[in-house]
Amino acid sequence: MKIIDKEDLDSFVADMIEKGEKEVVGVQEKGHKYAFQELKRAEDLRLDYDVTMLPPKKYFMPQREDLLEYEKDEDLSLEGVNEVVPRIIIGIHPYDLIAIEQMDRVFSDTYEDEHYLKKRKESVLIGVNMQEVSEWSFAASMGTATTDYGYDLMLTDLGDRYAIEIGSSKGSDLLERYCVDLKEAKSEDIESVEREKEKIKESFEKEFEFSPESLPWLMEQGYEKKEFWEEHAEDCYSCGSCNLVCPTCYCFDVQDISDLSLGGGKRTRKWDGCLLESFAVVASGENFREERSERYRHRYMRKGKYLYDMFGDIACVGCGRCSSHCVPDIADPTVVFNELMEEVR
Amino acid sequence: MSAEESIYLPETATIVDTKEMTEREKLFEVELDSGEELGHEPGQFVELSIPGIGEAPISVSSAPTKEGHTFELCVRAVGNVTNALHRKEKGDKIGIRGPYGTSFPVEELEGRNLLFIAGGLGIAPLRSLINYVIDKREDFQDVNILYGCRKPCELLYEDEVEDWRTNDELDYRETVDECPDDVCWEGNVGVITTLIPGVDIDVENTYSVVCGPPIMYKFVLQELEEKELPAEQIYLSMERRMKCGVGKCGHCQINGEEGEYYACQDGPVFNYADVQGFEEAI
Repeated sequence: MKIIDKEDLDSFVADMIEKGEKEVVGVQEKGHKYAFQELKRAEDLRLDYDVTMLPPKKYFMPQREDLLEYEKDEDLSLEGVNEVVPRIIIGIHPYDLIAIEQMDRVFSDTYEDEHYLKKRKESVLIGVNMQEVSEWSFAASMGTATTDYGYDLMLTDLGDRYAIEIGSSKGSDLLERYCVDLKEAKSEDIESVEREKEKIKESFEKEFEFSPESLPWLMEQGYEKKEFWEEHAEDCYSCGSCNLVCPTCYCFDVQDISDLSLGGGKRTRKWDGCLLESFAVVASGENFREERSERYRHRYMRKGKYLYDMFGDIACVGCGRCSSHCVPDIADPTVVFNELMEEVR
Repeated sequence: MSAEESIYLPETATIVDTKEMTEREKLFEVELDSGEELGHEPGQFVELSIPGIGEAPISVSSAPTKEGHTFELCVRAVGNVTNALHRKEKGDKIGIRGPYGTSFPVEELEGRNLLFIAGGLGIAPLRSLINYVIDKREDFQDVNILYGCRKPCELLYEDEVEDWRTNDELDYRETVDECPDDVCWEGNVGVITTLIPGVDIDVENTYSVVCGPPIMYKFVLQELEEKELPAEQIYLSMERRMKCGVGKCGHCQINGEEGEYYACQDGPVFNYADVQGFEEAI
């Protein structure tokens, strides 16, 4: 563990921006909320934020990205496209780091998706332990309020200085290249970091009434509780907001976009959401998840069981973005899962 | 980005022949521009690209035993991609990814009686296995083919079906849901399940292979259960929205209380015992 004074962290960040070897992204204020955005000035960085509107997955799986280009003259030519911007992303909370780890598994399983993996490989992740907790978050219940992995560097605010934990060679390289005034952490610094972590775990208002390890079991028991799902989904707009803000949602749709000449164009993928009505429609017109309650249930099943079955991860990291963005306020996982537990017990 | 890096990059292919089959279905014979064989197993599918329009999963309709290195796709004009494909002609270029997904377990089927049950366009994936079986006829025992469609004019593969009708080594039966008064039809009239009671099934040694529209499975499976054919001896091919074909995009997931599958990875060919009772399967 290293220690850096707060003003030295500012110059570390300023140096990365100035040298411009990689694009520097940091959490900044946007309206009354926070967002990951390109950082132009070190002083715009806000490491005391509660939660960002969108998770940092947008840098590895952009809202819209080109997969290939085609040209149709005499012959058809198809060429893969992968626009990779190497980035240093500063200020990622532990739950988002864990979500990125989960996405890494999804995109490297069986068929390796280089569109995601290359962007990921070219990025450096600087995490920060939470100082503020969103009123919607329940990360402590999910075991994601702190993390020992998933970062290249991890910052903890210790008042007038930051502790820096080094998670990878990418992280130590970054310190060597840009950072001048590093001190070795003393044993009291290490203790302070542990105290900060423990303190943050106690700061959550929302919580699960059971261990998340029970989720796969709970979802299996709860699948057939039709009335429960119908009741909870009754006010669902099928808008897909919960999907779009979720750090572990990765489903996508693919579209071709033709040039005006019609002679060529691009194939792009964009975020899709399983709450949207058309998600499971096939060519014949059949919709395999026609009812709102089926789509609503599907999303919770994905989070609590399906992705666990496939990759071994509970695919909810407790950030609370889904519930905070849900207009009819029916997407709070703590409410849904806790009530489902009541129902099946 | 080099060509081999993107799992979403199709290879180019040429339509070497087309054949109008009905008002809605056309058969396309396709050759990969690399000159390679597709290398598929019966029951697998490809992602077919019409650049500028999009991509759609299409099951391969020809058997791997077919002579030459081309393969065939039987396509109904029903969406953007398939309508655009129908406007393509001999010599036109398309994109192909795959083959993807599971196949019919030919080794398990060897030495068994086979009961094929196809409804409408469901004959397209089944034909890849039917023709395989015909080409290796001595490896299999009794072969029954039940084929149903809505009207006589919707019957696919007319020439081949004529061969099946007269082939002594097959028991072929057909039905139509309805037959207009002015059309001559010697086969059965009624839904596909009406053909099943007439078939003598040796439940010890018979495997059934089923493909058809979603509504068909429920009733066909009920009939097979009544015949006491074990679920383990029934294979189904199921259509879902296999958008990416490689288990990423999430669209083709099939759920049930017992678990979940991706149709593009765990299917499209499923053993009935594995999906029995799945709410979103049958």
